[in-house]
Amino acid sequence: MTASEFAIVTQQLTRDFASVRALDRLSIEVPVGSIYGFLGPNGAGKTTTLLLLLGLLRRSGGEARVLGFDPETEGTDIRTRSGALLDDTGLYDQLSAEDNLEFYARVWHLPLDHRRQRIHELLDQMGLWSRRRERIVKWSRGMRQKLAVARAMLHRPSLLFLDEPTAGLDVVASNTLRGHLAALVDAERITVFLTTHNMAEAEQLCHRVAVIRDGELLAVGSPVELREVSSHTVIRGHEWSTEAVQDVANLSGVLAASLDQSTDRLILELDPSADVSAVVRHLVLAGVAVEEVTRKTESLEEVFLNLVGEES
Amino acid sequence: MSRLRERVRDVRTVMWKERKGLLWSQGSRWRIVLPLLSPLFISIYIPWQAGIDWLEGYPSILICVAIPLLFVGISIPESFAGERERHTLSTLLASRLPDNAILLGKLLSCVGFALMLLLPGLLIGAAVVNGVAWQGSVLFYRPIVLLVDLGLALLVGLLMGSVGILISLRSATVQGATQALMGVFLVPPMVFGMVLMLFRDKVIPFLQGFGFAATLGTVFGVLVVGNVILLLLAFNRFRRSKLLAN
Repeated sequence: MTASEFAIVTQQLTRDFASVRALDRLSIEVPVGSIYGFLGPNGAGKTTTLLLLLGLLRRSGGEARVLGFDPETEGTDIRTRSGALLDDTGLYDQLSAEDNLEFYARVWHLPLDHRRQRIHELLDQMGLWSRRRERIVKWSRGMRQKLAVARAMLHRPSLLFLDEPTAGLDVVASNTLRGHLAALVDAERITVFLTTHNMAEAEQLCHRVAVIRDGELLAVGSPVELREVSSHTVIRGHEWSTEAVQDVANLSGVLAASLDQSTDRLILELDPSADVSAVVRHLVLAGVAVEEVTRKTESLEEVFLNLVGEES
Repeated sequence: MSRLRERVRDVRTVMWKERKGLLWSQGSRWRIVLPLLSPLFISIYIPWQAGIDWLEGYPSILICVAIPLLFVGISIPESFAGERERHTLSTLLASRLPDNAILLGKLLSCVGFALMLLLPGLLIGAAVVNGVAWQGSVLFYRPIVLLVDLGLALLVGLLMGSVGILISLRSATVQGATQALMGVFLVPPMVFGMVLMLFRDKVIPFLQGFGFAATLGTVFGVLVVGNVILLLLAFNRFRRSKLLAN
């Protein structure tokens, strides 16, 4: 495994809890400097993966390298170089926002001057500076999430683990937090491993995504690639014949062709290199009256639901 | 920075957080101060009754055992069960802090606070004795008495803390950890007391023959050995991968 171009590499990574397999032979590569979305429904194994990568759980099988280190034996090296926002904010309610950050700044041995400056900078960016002395016990979930993101980025980690950072937030708060996160990641050029079941978030933030269900990896690619794979071409017309459909199915670049007779539509799955005009010409010559050709690209949410639905 | 200095800094960081949490947690101040009113009462009433013997003999051992037992007993269940209950444990464990720094920081915070509370108790006792049995000059504890008092308080606090941490590591809630700790520290002395009552004809003459200094030395020895064993056990049980796997 090489660590230079990938911040995270796993091969056949597996974790069992008693008789339950929470993670089943996961093999992924997370490029350095990318935002990698790890998508899956509740209980898919996202948090387990994250804890394994941080060296907070022992694996049952397989291998993993995070920033070039083995989480099992070199977990401290990984945790020293990474930041994490786990399933809860992990903030201390009885402390003020400033003290919460101060504690973790001390944990990461930030020098006093730099500590003050960094806390100011992050609280300012998150719009929380004016409320820094308040105990956070009465803060809204959105404010706490923002503070937790600031805490995770405090020591300028080279790798950031975020476990559903916008879970439980309303649309406005989610969008604001995503904006802050994207700006911070862009400014500090770090690798982000993000688990979520929010497809809009994955589409907006992630360079690559992996879809997981019941511990098994279902698909990997950029959001555009995943949408492209699931896209299809629909040809509406009449005078269809079985032979014409069969001939089209055998054309180069056509991966699948199925005729929906109730709507007079031919649904084609095409290779990106396929020539749609050649398909249409072929159908016309075979006597089909072609009325409309449309290319339907699914949203990432539809792709996700299809993948998860197929498996279930 | 040397490894040792780095570790000391990590322990101090954990202690900083514990101190902040303890002092500023809503309601926690009263939760801790109220049970300590009785030892403080003892540190007034018994010196009043004992007079100079409070400073020259060993009755002050009473508060040196009571204050660490009560304070550590109240605060140590929070150490890990509290972090788990408030969902802050996983984030703390995902940080760069070494296992032993987290554990020692929590243990030393509780024991350190107990000793800090003990000192006013001892000073109040000395002031009361001087007030009720004024000898023309200010009297204070004999150095050996003070040494025994503080040594015993430290060992009792560490013992309570080590047991408390072992329990807290495995408990899901603070309440569960507190109940288990109270069970551990109440049941054995009760059983021991009952055995002592049953066999008092044989045990008391034996202890009297043993002598005070030898008894005290034995108690210190047992506490030191007990502390070493329990601390090693606590370090051994503190495993990140096990704490989150439950």
